[in-house]
Amino acid sequence: MFSEFLQYLFTGVTIGATYALIALGFTLIYNASHVINFAQGEFLMIGGMATVSLTAMGVPMILAVVLAVVLAGILGILLQRFAIAPAKQADVVTLIIITIGASIFIRGIAQIVWGKEYHVMQNFTSDEPIQVFGAVLNSQSLWVLGIGAVLVVALVLFFTRTLIGKAILATSMNKEAARLVGIRTQMVLMLAFMVSALLGSVAGIVVAPITFTSYDIGIILGLKGFVAAAIGGLGSGLGAVVGGLLLGVVEAMSAGYLSSDYKDAVAFSMILLVLFFLPRGLFGAKVVERV
Amino acid sequence: MLNRLMQSRLRGVMVLALILIILPAFLGNPFHYELVTQMAIIAATVVGLNLLVGYAGQISLGHAGFFGLGAYFTGIATGTYGWPSVPALLVGAVVVGIIAWVVGRPILRLKGHYLSMATLAVGFIIAIILNNERALTGGPDGMPVPAFEVFGWELSTFGQYSLFGLQIEGFQAWYIFASVVLLVAVWFALNLIESPIGRALRSVHGSEVAARVVGVNTAKYKSLVFVISAVYASLMGSLYAHFQGFITPAVASFEFSILFITMVVLGGMGSTFGVILGAVVLKLLPQVLADFQELETVMFGLILMLTMIFMPKGLLPTLTAVVSTKLGKKKAGGAA
Amino acid sequence: MSALVEVKGLDKAFGGVHAVEDVSFAVEAGQVFSVIGPNGAGKTTLFNLITGLYTPTGGEIRLNGESTTDLEPNELAERGMCRTFQQMQICMNMTAIENVMLGRHLKLKSNLFTTLFRLPALRRDEAAARARAAELMEYVGCGEYLETEASAMSYGALKRLEIARALAAEPRIILLDEPAAGLNATETAALEQLIRKIADEGTTVMLVEHDMKLVMGISDRLLVLNYGRVLAEGTPAEIRQNPDVIAAYLGG
Repeated sequence: MFSEFLQYLFTGVTIGATYALIALGFTLIYNASHVINFAQGEFLMIGGMATVSLTAMGVPMILAVVLAVVLAGILGILLQRFAIAPAKQADVVTLIIITIGASIFIRGIAQIVWGKEYHVMQNFTSDEPIQVFGAVLNSQSLWVLGIGAVLVVALVLFFTRTLIGKAILATSMNKEAARLVGIRTQMVLMLAFMVSALLGSVAGIVVAPITFTSYDIGIILGLKGFVAAAIGGLGSGLGAVVGGLLLGVVEAMSAGYLSSDYKDAVAFSMILLVLFFLPRGLFGAKVVERV
Repeated sequence: MLNRLMQSRLRGVMVLALILIILPAFLGNPFHYELVTQMAIIAATVVGLNLLVGYAGQISLGHAGFFGLGAYFTGIATGTYGWPSVPALLVGAVVVGIIAWVVGRPILRLKGHYLSMATLAVGFIIAIILNNERALTGGPDGMPVPAFEVFGWELSTFGQYSLFGLQIEGFQAWYIFASVVLLVAVWFALNLIESPIGRALRSVHGSEVAARVVGVNTAKYKSLVFVISAVYASLMGSLYAHFQGFITPAVASFEFSILFITMVVLGGMGSTFGVILGAVVLKLLPQVLADFQELETVMFGLILMLTMIFMPKGLLPTLTAVVSTKLGKKKAGGAA
Repeated sequence: MSALVEVKGLDKAFGGVHAVEDVSFAVEAGQVFSVIGPNGAGKTTLFNLITGLYTPTGGEIRLNGESTTDLEPNELAERGMCRTFQQMQICMNMTAIENVMLGRHLKLKSNLFTTLFRLPALRRDEAAARARAAELMEYVGCGEYLETEASAMSYGALKRLEIARALAAEPRIILLDEPAAGLNATETAALEQLIRKIADEGTTVMLVEHDMKLVMGISDRLLVLNYGRVLAEGTPAEIRQNPDVIAAYLGG
């Protein structure tokens, strides 16, 4: 009974941590540019797939990870520079379509390079599962949680302690004012996309041994990350983390106790429920309309 | 002035009718007819979606959900329960309208990205239900749908019919039927836009605050247009199901929703004839790209990105702007 | 006879900061009633409260004796209230005349069936609404822009267009938020004429305005706000001599 619950909890927290990282990526870009980047999931795919194929080519794991993350980072910069920046005055819907176009484009390339098959990645360390009160914990889960925690702390430090982080925050609050005090906002936006891509790719790499990976894994993971971000309230870092974990746990619990067929429906019902009662998510900023 | 407006509306419909009449001259085989008939049905769907997105300025990333519900309602009612087609189609539209109204009330309070998230969620939930309720829907494998029939008279793509003494094939009959449906859908949409209701809808987009202080109950009008566009989708979904003869949950999928909204944005938000062009282009593109095999997806994504970056207003508005400035220059040059 | 608009102990706080605090006053039907005060005194907030865009934190608003504190802007419009905005609210996706026709929204029946088939009844109503809107645009002095896209019009013309839209609703009371802001001397003089005409025809006018010459010349009564509170209320002559007002305005 308890071990069953614990089992679902482990699953939920692990996948939830991944969702949280994706949601943080959404949040970062949303804060900097008010764009919802529907290509966010592709960064995860790139991270996982590049690592798998590089290690298959004989590149040592560590180096493969670094290369995959760098690749995703470059992709993030390119995305901002060549797809988002040229469409400055576009509508919300138009921007959404542009990022969807970008995600289809990236997915298409991945399909050509890596094919349509599922790829398996080895656990980082031991394949030996860990027994906790009768529940089984995949050792990779510890990696997901550990690296997730490190990234969150690093992000907090980045935004509160570094000049670049503060510049991103300033740009998100008031672009014009930021420009007036000498912040190169275009640079900052590119940086936000890059950091967001880094986050996504790391999430994609750490979770790949658990979920497997393929060229089209980005769609659903990206959407779940968006759900998590919206549950927490777009633009809130804390919201992204809480939203991600909450979504992961609720999903795992309902898959375990209710029906695994409707696992994906849970996420989407949850977001509707949250938005019915809190139109700006759990921690979203309240906005007074000025007229 | 009013006359000119009336005329421009009529003129648009006439041009569309003319194109639909001339088009068969260029259609060589049943496959062409099938493609164009699909285009017409999808175009009518996005004409409805455009009322919501283009005119009232509300995003929906889940409209395929309503399309799929209409398709499955028809499939189940006519196939499993033996209803005649027309009642199935109408009752389906009413049911979908009610669902849209119930979901729309709370959802449409949301704005921007939250609204896109919520509509996306609604579409997903519908698709998941269609996928999982195997007893009713056949699950991911899909289900067959009987031919469209009225009072025992069947409209099948494989049939033989005579129209005004002319022998025509089933797929040609379907083409005519779909063309008439598209024209009616466009006519209704244009009438709606040029009316007090249409103005209220557009004002929700233009300035919600202005709309409210002159007495527009914006919540009511948002719900209304959400329901209207869902009913359009449901009716067209029903026809699509009859025409295809077989449906899978893909008709309600996220990808299909994205396709619909892309047609609207690509063709030109707030331009009824523009979104028809959007539907035509996006249905043709895969045919054209099929020759590129592996590159198909990449090219599709690239074209989508590029058109949206360089023509954010959409194809038709951008093209008409280009043409009219060219003409204007010519006129100015002639005068000088 | 009771007042058309009655405000009692009105309060609005944004996160603990009182933008409007304990404001009370009454506007008689047929008056031109102006609200003045330095920037940030709470004038626009007051208008937003009266027209239902904001919900007050405390106090009460009555329109023609009925409590309207919790009503939505569109419900207030149904009761004969309309307004313009300091930051103009024009539907840029429509033509000028369509913006004014939007103002007639409540006067037009909107039945889905007659709309979809565009039956003669609807055509007649639309033609009448269009004619009335054209008249009003003439009346406020932007008659030459009938079919112009709103997005292509000048600032001054849009200001007048917004007034025409409000008038199209045939309100009993119209609230104008800084109608003269951004206008030159000639335009301001024309505006003064217009407001006078509106008032003379029996529509009650509430006005927020910085142009003192305009305000003093046109108002029957004035309300002076300072830091969200009422500093003084009275006729223009009384306000001009009020020591508190002089101190607030001249003493900084």
